[in-house]
Amino acid sequence: MTFEAIAAKVRSGARITESEAMLLFEHGDLLALGELAQEVNERRNGRKVFFNVNRHINHTNICVNRCRFCAFFRTADQPGAYLMTMDEIRGRAVEALAEGATEIHVVGGLHPDLPFEFYLEMISTIKAVSPDLHVKAFTAVEIAYLAKLAKLSVPQTLEKLKEAGLGSLPGGGAEIFAPEVRNQLCPEKLTGAEWLSIMEQVHQSGLKSNATMLYGHLESIADRVDHMRQLRELQDRTGGFQVFIPLAFQPEHSQLKIAGSGTSGVDDLRTLAVSRIYLDNFANIKAYWVMLGEKIAQVSLCFGVNDLDGTVVEERIGHEAGADTPQAMGRDAIVTMIRKAGRVPVERDTLYRELRGY
Amino acid sequence: MLNRITEKITAGADITAEEALWCLTEGELLAVGRLADSIRRSMHPGGCVSFVVDRNVNYTNVCESKCKFCAFYRELDAEDAYLLEGSQIMGKIEELVAQGGTQLLMQGGLHPELDIEYFEGLFSRIKSRFPGLQNHSLSPAEVTHIAKLSGLSIKEALVRLKGAGLDSIPGGGAEILVDSVRSEISPKKIGWQGWAEVMREAARLGMPTTATMMFGSRERQEDIVEHLFRVRALQEEGGSFTAFIPWTYQPGNTELGGECASGVEYLKVLALSRIVLRNIPNIQASWVTQGAKMAQVALFFGANDVGGTMLEENVVAAAGCRFRMSQEEMIELIRSAGFTPVRRTTLYKELERY
Repeated sequence: MTFEAIAAKVRSGARITESEAMLLFEHGDLLALGELAQEVNERRNGRKVFFNVNRHINHTNICVNRCRFCAFFRTADQPGAYLMTMDEIRGRAVEALAEGATEIHVVGGLHPDLPFEFYLEMISTIKAVSPDLHVKAFTAVEIAYLAKLAKLSVPQTLEKLKEAGLGSLPGGGAEIFAPEVRNQLCPEKLTGAEWLSIMEQVHQSGLKSNATMLYGHLESIADRVDHMRQLRELQDRTGGFQVFIPLAFQPEHSQLKIAGSGTSGVDDLRTLAVSRIYLDNFANIKAYWVMLGEKIAQVSLCFGVNDLDGTVVEERIGHEAGADTPQAMGRDAIVTMIRKAGRVPVERDTLYRELRGY
Repeated sequence: MLNRITEKITAGADITAEEALWCLTEGELLAVGRLADSIRRSMHPGGCVSFVVDRNVNYTNVCESKCKFCAFYRELDAEDAYLLEGSQIMGKIEELVAQGGTQLLMQGGLHPELDIEYFEGLFSRIKSRFPGLQNHSLSPAEVTHIAKLSGLSIKEALVRLKGAGLDSIPGGGAEILVDSVRSEISPKKIGWQGWAEVMREAARLGMPTTATMMFGSRERQEDIVEHLFRVRALQEEGGSFTAFIPWTYQPGNTELGGECASGVEYLKVLALSRIVLRNIPNIQASWVTQGAKMAQVALFFGANDVGGTMLEENVVAAAGCRFRMSQEEMIELIRSAGFTPVRRTTLYKELERY
């Protein structure tokens, strides 16, 4: 199979296979790949690029998992360990609302001592600030942990969280599904199959979620493609994923020291472009500028990406890992960045409804 | 328009200013990039990307030019004004040579007291102690300043500097080679004709040169095109440019302020440089202003070289932009972008392949 044959197949609207995706990863002509991904994206999304205005709340960095790639977690007795109070959480939501945020993104460590009620209260506290704030909270890993904590089934746990005001789920914790790599990266964490199973139940409960992939560490290209295959299959069944977000591994402060790890700018763009082409049942592909850097994130808008994440305020996880991007990007900056890429900025809400054009 | 431009490029013909402007304003990034990439592939078919091991020695930060985009200069009586001692300069060069460096890039402010004798003395000492090192120093603005201070013509100054050991001239201070822009961002600096005059004289004397462009400050797209066409014309008339190096204005700590050019703008200008300047063999990616990831991507948008490792760099760093790179990191940067790393001399002779 040549690149041209795959391109023809994609242009006809047909789905590509895993081996074809592998070939796209290994294909030498980065710009031809980018143009194909851009074409796929424009067919779906035109020239619009989404962003939303959100605030991250990382309520605690205390975590019973000790994922090797993570520079954020602490054990409870380590210096720098923290847990926010409800007042602090409320304060951040109030600030976010004043700044025009429409979403609060809540993820944190798996804290050993908090009761399930803490999580319910955290959501209702944010919703009490304003019912218009969408609470996008808890990765599949946290949901599994909360279900255990609450001694409830996953669907029952999700029901309780929904009643408290949970609006949707972020896509974190997927890392890479391949068991051998996952065992080395994050042996304590949910397996890939479990992550997918939780997400299936999330979607069945009527909630939407995102999906991620952590790449640029120990995984092979085949592992990346297999990760995307499993996401595509689940999406065929549920349609519950809103967006795919590949996350570039940040080697700087992680325990995981791998020679030559960390991604090249070329690899970042290639991964985004292949995912746009392969994941034909995903509406959106997001570039997470916090980890990619603003320049590569902007350039990716010409490589099939149509979503730029929020104007994140106070992101801690990527920054602890050594991301050297600013903590936040203002609305004006993100609008300018999209315009300068020749695209049309559209502010969206968490569920990808258009709020405002620029 | 894209078809017309593509046809011209395939036929090896030069594009017009109007076509170049279209690339900047209307052209899709990847379409323009592919044109540049095809030229890069035909000019540098081996899949190699080169770099040089060098050090910038900024001998003084005292400068009478006081450009508004510059965060590095100081007044003569400023508390943190400095002029390096000869022994300090020699010490820095020793470190460079010990690390296998082959290029010295001395650049500094337009100091009111440093005349031709100062540089003749310094350069001949450097040459006698480090005969194998390429002395690639003094931008056209400095050469002009030294000539004026010493009552010499440009040609006389260059002849004497060359005699003392200056091997080649870097193309800094070109900023935008359009005087309406220069009068806004660097009113006291030489005009575009002054810059061109030094480069013409240097070429006549057989000295290799490079050309740069700093964009993203106050210029219009038309000015970028004008700059590229002026450099192309200079080269056609017998210029000695070995490379063209576009980089972006860094607004930190400057009088001019404002924003940094975006990644898409950088890649477009870089690609257009490759397309317009087919009579200049090498185009450098600027990792110093763009960071490693963007420098890698730039290799698909016309660049075939990543410049120097820069054991030391102070001017861009003063504007808050600090990327650091060792030789090993440079090799890894090139390799992980899919190219073969080659260490080169200032004049693009291959020294080692990795």
